[in-house]
Amino acid sequence: MAGKRSRMVQEVNAGSMADIAFLLLIFFLVTTTIASDKGILNILPPKQDPNQPPPEVELNERNIFNILINANDQLLIEGEFRDNTEGLSADIKKFILNFGRPDEDAMSLFNSLPASLRSQAEADPNSSDYPGAGGAVVSIKTNRGTSYERYLEVLDLVKKAYFDIYAERVGITTDQYRALSSRDAAEKELMDRGKEGIPMAISIAEPDKIGSE
Amino acid sequence: MAKFKKKTNTKENIPTSALPDIIFMLLFFFMVTTVLRDQELLVEQKLPQATQLQKMEKKSLIKYLFVGKPKNTALYGTEPRIQANDVLINTSDILLWVSQEKDKLSEVERDQITVSMKADREVKMGPISDIQFELREADARKLMYASVGRVE
Repeated sequence: MAGKRSRMVQEVNAGSMADIAFLLLIFFLVTTTIASDKGILNILPPKQDPNQPPPEVELNERNIFNILINANDQLLIEGEFRDNTEGLSADIKKFILNFGRPDEDAMSLFNSLPASLRSQAEADPNSSDYPGAGGAVVSIKTNRGTSYERYLEVLDLVKKAYFDIYAERVGITTDQYRALSSRDAAEKELMDRGKEGIPMAISIAEPDKIGSE
Repeated sequence: MAKFKKKTNTKENIPTSALPDIIFMLLFFFMVTTVLRDQELLVEQKLPQATQLQKMEKKSLIKYLFVGKPKNTALYGTEPRIQANDVLINTSDILLWVSQEKDKLSEVERDQITVSMKADREVKMGPISDIQFELREADARKLMYASVGRVE
């Protein structure tokens, strides 16, 4: 009986092998997380020397876009109370692109902008003087009790305003602009052309301690 | 009808014996490409959402700090804590941690160190700003707020 069996040509049923492999595949697909290194980049200001007080920078009130977030995550934008962040990015964009009192450099910057951006630029003397150094600054001040989520949401919108301007300047979409890598020479050139003369001026103030925790 | 019947006369079997090999190939591809989490998380992590995400180009320059409520609340309490390389540290230890991480990098790359802060969305700005202050002190000024993309 046993001998008869071994002589028979027997084929192992390999059909279920695929199922087993599938099971393994699905297990690995579910358990592994592809590490994502994405985020919002922020450059912190340099260390303060306790013996040397920070230099007094002459900045006009009109050149600062004030965003205050309190411990209840409510916003005070340019002295105006707001409960949500709707339209904030557009407001910031308008503020950055304002040429209230441009000097010579700012005028040449204005002339270098594409027509679509130039049409958006206003000349409100009560808003910022010009984009770039010495001009528009966006200031975010939080409270120690502000939630991190809200803070990041606001910072995200400020970044969006800047990226929108950069991208529009070189004629690509914002998503495309953010995906540019500095490794590629052509892409780096595009990147630099976008932000030339308009550095991101985001000031993050030390949070205050009143009414928190 | 007869016309159609003629064709179906021959019985054909698709050989499926190669199917496992194909699946195995896929399996190996995923096993090789995916990176298993190399650190055990001691704090809760629910990253906030954002839209303007940027990718870091050099991964070796990124060092991670995890901030959030400890998972083991009986042992570590409920206040947000900082985790660096498998251990929970205090805010005052950040200075030491940064210099240790900087030592691991080559000399030319030391000032390019980027700290990726993976903070839970429940964390308040108080601890966050304390960390930022320490990072300024440690001269690791490139900071990335790790977040996930928002689906709109």
